[in-house]
Amino acid sequence: MQFDLLINAIIAGLMLGGFYAAVTAGISISFGMLDIVNIAHPGFIILGSYIAYIVSTNFGIDPIVVAILALPVFYALGTGIYGIYFQSFEKRGQDPLRGLAFFFGLLFVTEVVLILVFGVDYRTVDTAYAGGSLKLGVMEFPLRMLVPALVSLAMFAALQLYMSRTFIGRAVMAVSQDPQALELMAVDPTRIKRIAFSISMATCALAGAFLIVIQPVLPSSGREYIGRVFAICVLGGLGSLPGTLIAALLIGVIESIATTFYGPSWAPAVSFGLLLLTLAVRPSGLLGR
Amino acid sequence: MNTPKFTLVLAAVAAALFIAFRLIGNDYLFFAGYTVLQYIVIATAWNILGGYCGYVNFGSAGFFAVGVYSTVFFYNVGQQYDVPLPIPLLMVIGGIMSGLLGLGMGYLTLRLRGVFFAIATLALLVVIETFVVNWSFVGGSRGAYIIPPSEIPVLGVFIHYLFLLMLGLVVLSLVAARTIERSSLGIGFATIRDDELAAEASGVPTLRLKLIATVVSGALFGMAGAPFPYYIGYVEPGSAFNLAYSVNAIAMPMIGGTMSWVGPMVGALLLSTLQQVITVTISSAANLLITGLLLIGFVILAPKGLVGLWQSFTAKGKRS
Repeated sequence: MQFDLLINAIIAGLMLGGFYAAVTAGISISFGMLDIVNIAHPGFIILGSYIAYIVSTNFGIDPIVVAILALPVFYALGTGIYGIYFQSFEKRGQDPLRGLAFFFGLLFVTEVVLILVFGVDYRTVDTAYAGGSLKLGVMEFPLRMLVPALVSLAMFAALQLYMSRTFIGRAVMAVSQDPQALELMAVDPTRIKRIAFSISMATCALAGAFLIVIQPVLPSSGREYIGRVFAICVLGGLGSLPGTLIAALLIGVIESIATTFYGPSWAPAVSFGLLLLTLAVRPSGLLGR
Repeated sequence: MNTPKFTLVLAAVAAALFIAFRLIGNDYLFFAGYTVLQYIVIATAWNILGGYCGYVNFGSAGFFAVGVYSTVFFYNVGQQYDVPLPIPLLMVIGGIMSGLLGLGMGYLTLRLRGVFFAIATLALLVVIETFVVNWSFVGGSRGAYIIPPSEIPVLGVFIHYLFLLMLGLVVLSLVAARTIERSSLGIGFATIRDDELAAEASGVPTLRLKLIATVVSGALFGMAGAPFPYYIGYVEPGSAFNLAYSVNAIAMPMIGGTMSWVGPMVGALLLSTLQQVITVTISSAANLLITGLLLIGFVILAPKGLVGLWQSFTAKGKRS
C-alpha cells in the first residue's frame, strides 16, 4: 500500500509540477530574461482566476477557453504596465529598489481590489471534467489536475518554440544577454522587452484559469505562489525555459510527497527551503549559465 | 547637533507627548498612539537596510513575528515555572532573536545580487510562518492568549506602560538611525547603495557592513514585535505575519523619503495616523488599498518622498 501511495504521490506531483510550470513561465520570461522583478505576477494570476470565474459562471464557458479568449486582454495589460515601468524606472537609470517597491505595491493593490469586489470567500468553478479521473492499474489521474497540466505543457512547448525559432523570440533571448549589441543590429530593445513582458503577462490568464480549475481561489491565494514561482525560476536557472520546466516538475513532486507523508501544512516550506538552499549553494540554478 | 544632545531633545519631546496624553486622559489615544509608534520603529528598522544600503526586505512581517513569538514562547515558559518575565526583558530577547535571524539570513543571501535577497526575504516569511503554524507550544494555527496584568505600579493603566515602552523604543531607534547615518558606518552603507562593485573594489568590507545592517534592522523589528502580544492579548499566525506589516514597512519610508532618519518617521506618522482614521471611518480594506496606491504613486512621481519634495520646495524658495 505504501508503494501505491508513493506512485500516486509522484503522479500527483508531476501534474502539480505541470501547473507550476505554467505559473512560472511568465516569471521566467520577465525576471529571468528581462531582469524585471515582477513580484506582482502571482497577483495577476489570481486576477486571471477571477476573470475565468466570472465569465465561466455567468456564461457557462469552460475556464480554460475563457483564458484563451482573455489572452489579448492580459497582453494589453502587460503592455500598459511595461510602459509605466519603463517611463518611471528603466529610463531614469538603474534603481531596482523602487522598481521592486512598485511591483510590490501593484501586488498588494490587486489583492485588496479583489477583496473589495469579491469579498474573502472561496470561489470555485464547475467544469465538465471536474469529478472524473483516469485509471491505469494502481495509477490514478484526476482530470481536474490532468487537463491543466497537459494544456500547460502545450503552452510551454509553444513558448519554447516561439523563443527559439522566431525572429522576435530570438531577439528576446538576445536582449537578455546584451541589449546594446541588439541596438547595433537596428532592433529596438525597448520594443522587444515590451513584447516579451506582455507575453509574460498573457501567461497569467492561462495560469489563473488552471488555478481555479484545480482548487478554490481566494484573493490572497497569490501570496503562496510568490516564493514558489521564484524558487522554481531560480532553481531552474534564470532565463532557461527547459530548466524552469524541470524545476517545476521537481518541486511539484517533492511537495506532493511531503504533503502525502507529512501533511499539507508543511508543503509551503518545501519550495522555500529549496529556494534558500539554491541561493546559498548554486545561485545559477540547474540549467543556468 | 551631537548625539547626546539629540537624544536629550528627543527624550524631552517623548516625555512631553506622554504627559500631554496623560492629561487628556483618553485611553483610546494610547491604543491608537501605540500603533503609530510601533510603525515608526518598523519604518526606521526597514530603512536602515532598505534606505541606507539599498537592500529591499519584503519579509519585515517575519522579523516582526519572530519578536512576537519569542514573547509568546517565553511567556508560556514563564507561566510553567511561575516566573513571569518583565516586558522590557522580553523586548531585549525578541531583539536578539530577530537579530540572529537577520544574521543567518544575511549569511545565506547577502553575497548575491540585491534582487535575490529581496525574494529570499519573502520566502523566509513563509518558512517561519509554516514553522509557527506547526509548533503547538506557541499555539500553532489556533493562536495563543497572553493575559496582561491589569494594574501596573506607578502608572496604573497597563496600556500607558506599553505606550511608554514603545515611546522609549522609538527614541532608541531614531537615535540609532541618526547615529548610523552620520558615522563612517553610514558612509559605508551609502557606498553599497550607490555602487556596490566600486565599493568592494575600493576596499569597503561590503559583506560585513551588510550583515551589520541586517542585524540592527532585524533586532529593531524584533523589539517592536515583542510587546505586541501584550497589546493585542491574542496572537495567531495570521495577525503576527500579516502582509500589511511588510507593505507598511516599505511604504512608510518610501513615502517619507529613504535618505535620512526623518523620512521614515514622517512617513510612519502620516501614513499610520491616516490608516487609523480610515480604519475607523471607512474600512480596513480601504485603508490597505490607499496604502498600496500611495506607495505606487510616490515611487513613480516622487522618488525622494516627502522629504525630497520639501527639500526641492525650500531650495526653490531660496533661489527666487
